[in-house]
Amino acid sequence: MKGGVMCFHHDSPAKAGVQGRRRGGGKAKAILAALLLLATASIAHTVEPSEMLADPALEARARAISQEIRCVVCQNQSIDDSAADLAADLRRIVRERLVAGDSDDQVRNYLVARYGDFVLLKPPMKPKTWLLWYGPPAIFLLALAAIIVYFRRRRGVVLAPKPLSADEAERLQSLLAGDGQSRDPV
Amino acid sequence: MTVAPDQQAGALSRRLLYLLPVVLFLAVAGYFLAALWMNRNPQEVPSALVGKPSPDFALGPLLPNVPGVARADLNGSVVLINFFASWCVPCRAEHPFLMHMAADASLPIFGIDWQDKPDAARAYIQELGNPYARIGLDQSGRTGIDFGITGVPETFVVGRDGRICFRQWGPVTDEDTAVALLARIKECRG
Amino acid sequence: MIPELGQVALVLALALALMQVVLPLVGAARDNASWMAVAPPAAQGQLFFIGFAFLALMQAYVSSDFSVAVVADNSNSAMPLIYKAAATWGNHEGSLLLWVLILAIFGAAVGTFGNNLPPKLKARVLSVQAMIAVGFLAFMLLTSNPFARLGQPPADGADLNPLLQDPGLAFHPPMLYLGYVGFSMAFSFAVAALIEGRVDAAWARWVRPWTLAAWIALTAGITGGSWWSYYELGWGGWWAWDPVENASFMPWLLGTALLHSAIVVEKRDALKSWTMLLAILTFGMSLVGTFLVRSGVLTSVHAFATDPARGVFILLLLVVAIGGSLTLFAIRAPTLRDGGLFQPISREGALILNNLLLAVGCVVVFLGTFMPLFADVLQLGAISVGAPYYFLIFNPFAALLVVVTAIGPLLPWKRADLAGALQRLTIAAIATLLVAGLVWWLKTGGPLFGILGAALGTWLLVGTVVEFVERIGLRAPAEALRRARQLPRAAYGMTLAHAGLAVAILGMTGSAAWKQEEIRTMRAGDTVSLAGYDYRFDGVADVAGPNYTATRGTFTVTKEGAPVVTLHPEKRVYPVQGMPTTEAAIHTTGLADLYAVIDTPDAAGGVAVHLYHQPLVPWIWGGAFLMVLGGLVSLSDRRLRVGAPSRRRVMAVARP
Repeated sequence: MKGGVMCFHHDSPAKAGVQGRRRGGGKAKAILAALLLLATASIAHTVEPSEMLADPALEARARAISQEIRCVVCQNQSIDDSAADLAADLRRIVRERLVAGDSDDQVRNYLVARYGDFVLLKPPMKPKTWLLWYGPPAIFLLALAAIIVYFRRRRGVVLAPKPLSADEAERLQSLLAGDGQSRDPV
Repeated sequence: MTVAPDQQAGALSRRLLYLLPVVLFLAVAGYFLAALWMNRNPQEVPSALVGKPSPDFALGPLLPNVPGVARADLNGSVVLINFFASWCVPCRAEHPFLMHMAADASLPIFGIDWQDKPDAARAYIQELGNPYARIGLDQSGRTGIDFGITGVPETFVVGRDGRICFRQWGPVTDEDTAVALLARIKECRG
Repeated sequence: MIPELGQVALVLALALALMQVVLPLVGAARDNASWMAVAPPAAQGQLFFIGFAFLALMQAYVSSDFSVAVVADNSNSAMPLIYKAAATWGNHEGSLLLWVLILAIFGAAVGTFGNNLPPKLKARVLSVQAMIAVGFLAFMLLTSNPFARLGQPPADGADLNPLLQDPGLAFHPPMLYLGYVGFSMAFSFAVAALIEGRVDAAWARWVRPWTLAAWIALTAGITGGSWWSYYELGWGGWWAWDPVENASFMPWLLGTALLHSAIVVEKRDALKSWTMLLAILTFGMSLVGTFLVRSGVLTSVHAFATDPARGVFILLLLVVAIGGSLTLFAIRAPTLRDGGLFQPISREGALILNNLLLAVGCVVVFLGTFMPLFADVLQLGAISVGAPYYFLIFNPFAALLVVVTAIGPLLPWKRADLAGALQRLTIAAIATLLVAGLVWWLKTGGPLFGILGAALGTWLLVGTVVEFVERIGLRAPAEALRRARQLPRAAYGMTLAHAGLAVAILGMTGSAAWKQEEIRTMRAGDTVSLAGYDYRFDGVADVAGPNYTATRGTFTVTKEGAPVVTLHPEKRVYPVQGMPTTEAAIHTTGLADLYAVIDTPDAAGGVAVHLYHQPLVPWIWGGAFLMVLGGLVSLSDRRLRVGAPSRRRVMAVARP
């Protein structure tokens, strides 16, 4: 892999930061690093008591927004779920912006200005994400339409019955004439 | 039983329909191959700031004889901004490259010490040498976040217009990376 | 010595697999009985050699032989024995060996117990199975040899990640692999049938037990992983829509669809091409999952160490196996003629809708998982897709599916009266409205999806009971008991599985919608209330384990004064890797979980505490258990062991 190790603030031993992969350090170190990445999940307390805002309404907004913000140094976790130091920093920023009076959208835009759309766990509605948002419903409707067409076609297919043999034709006649004699059940 | 023309057309579209899965699959496999080919480090987050003006910042000095750094200091020349920290091992690995780059006076390097203890940072510079024309102290880490970094080291090439021209993620420790970066700097200089 | 023997065994297995590919396939094409007969013993031989290799690797771990590279990287002499053994598959190379072992087990099982299969089909099935084995054995021997030795063995190993030192580790991966790899059997059956050019009710009957077995294992594996992350990772979450979690969910969705569409093939001789496609794609998703975890294209908490060279090899395997079989499908499937006709409103129609919804659900998960990758390749800028997306786009399809699942079993084959069926579900509708009203009244201010989820779960649960009661005719109790005993096991299986799904949905809704938490810094003697329970913090103590040290907290939990339980959450540090982990303390009341987590004390002696009240979470595990039980009951149905239908009269049994 290109690039080398990135270092993150890992001052306090209780919170392990994320360590990148050592370039050229051999498989062993790579495996260790990959497992350490797994480790960030282990200490996942969400919000620390010291971070919480005094105003419960603002705190609730902060939690809701945090759940949609990606921890940029973790694997697919939200900053609400991650113990990484950078996640804590971002949580604090979210709360600061809310206290400063930003709306939810403004808080999100603040972070997007710095980290791009990558930081949003709910992809924004843009042409590049149309397939994500419109794709499944479109595929569903298309498939449903195809199935309906399939049913219509099959209704049109009438299997022509084989012509009766002479024996069968005779039997049919006698049955229709109702001569009352029992025959082999058809 | 003759096959009516619309039944023939139906049969053809049916055949095409059966080809759809393999075609879609090969397209997906193509994307996977391209992803492997690109061989990008999945941890590297692309910078959202490339092409945008440098964020505003003003940081106090770390050392008595080296001035601090602020956005005002980016005055129309190409500059490197290097985020580092004393606790960062790859930063040490990258340091010789920075010293080498510092020899070129036409390309100043500004250092920003990120989420670090000032004493440790001073000791780091004293031990390894100072490649930086200016060093700013970003203890809270806010300036780093304003630049959208996810850790250290990260190096930004700021163009003449004050816009971020390129972002180098991770340390420059091997020749390939150095050559690539130098090529980018040359582009940014115009 | 033994590791080298293990390596030799793998090479021998590869040689056998190559033989198993060529001889039976050519033999089937040329009607050569003796060549076709090579397949079962070859499959059994493969199992022997791969089993030997697996045991050899396990022996290296258990005896802490650090001259073997993977053992040095993933084990430690201080580790408890069970984790030493389980560490065999806790890494890339070892887990691959587990993969081929399960592949060999399924192959040998079909070879040994598949006596009711016609010889040509059996030969071709085993041949295709061996093709997969060749691919994976070659992959292992060329790029991921588990028996590679270190020139200078270290004094002690690097230890297994402490998160993985847990009973869940012993259970979750093998179960998952039984599922993933089990679907290879359905794949092999489908490819064999396409080669032969014939798919009929008999084929569907034969493929069912293998598909069912794989489905059961995958359900158990996913649930196990979910439960493990719930109690191990410390924030009470049980599903994160992580790429590798999704990689196990996609084959599950398609596998469920496959189980249901195979019923239509069996009963009504219809949906043949679609079932072939599903069988191929289900295993295809398993392979995509393998690619995801081992190639490094996506980041995930689950990813093994990554290496692009390995990624290319797996991609090659994927293209050959799935590209090849889909091409075969494109050529051969149009020749498959469907038999039974049916109206849109019928059980067949309901099953088609079931399949459509499951398939679209799979598309949602696929797009969400891979869109960041595709955006990256197309240089569109990085995007992330997380839980909020899946919640909005996946859930509607799931909800529709739940609605249909209650109605479908009440519809007869061929042509059904929908109004009549809905009328019979009136009691389910009433129950649904009652529950929705109850939830709205009890949880005023709670999220809307809480009401919806509770309503859907109730609808399905009551609907399933209604169908069962109708079938045994509860009005005449004596008669009902007799009918209940005569009911085929597959019918019980269906009822249990659908009921299990309903219960699990109620559990998921409860946890997602009505979870409560308290986060604060506490000192010894402090009390906090949460959801009617009082938690008194009694301080922390230091304890030591076999290979860790821990800070252990004590909570005395009471409800209205009456004692409930004492909780002991821990914060552990494993010295070898220097890694801390949390051990949450969980107490289940059957209706909810009380969940406590602590952090290490701060300088002032206060401890950061997270307390969660998780309503209905135990019902997730309970519901999943019912689904697995339903599958097992279905699997034990003797009718699945019936041979080709010509051999005995199959009495008209209307329901599956």
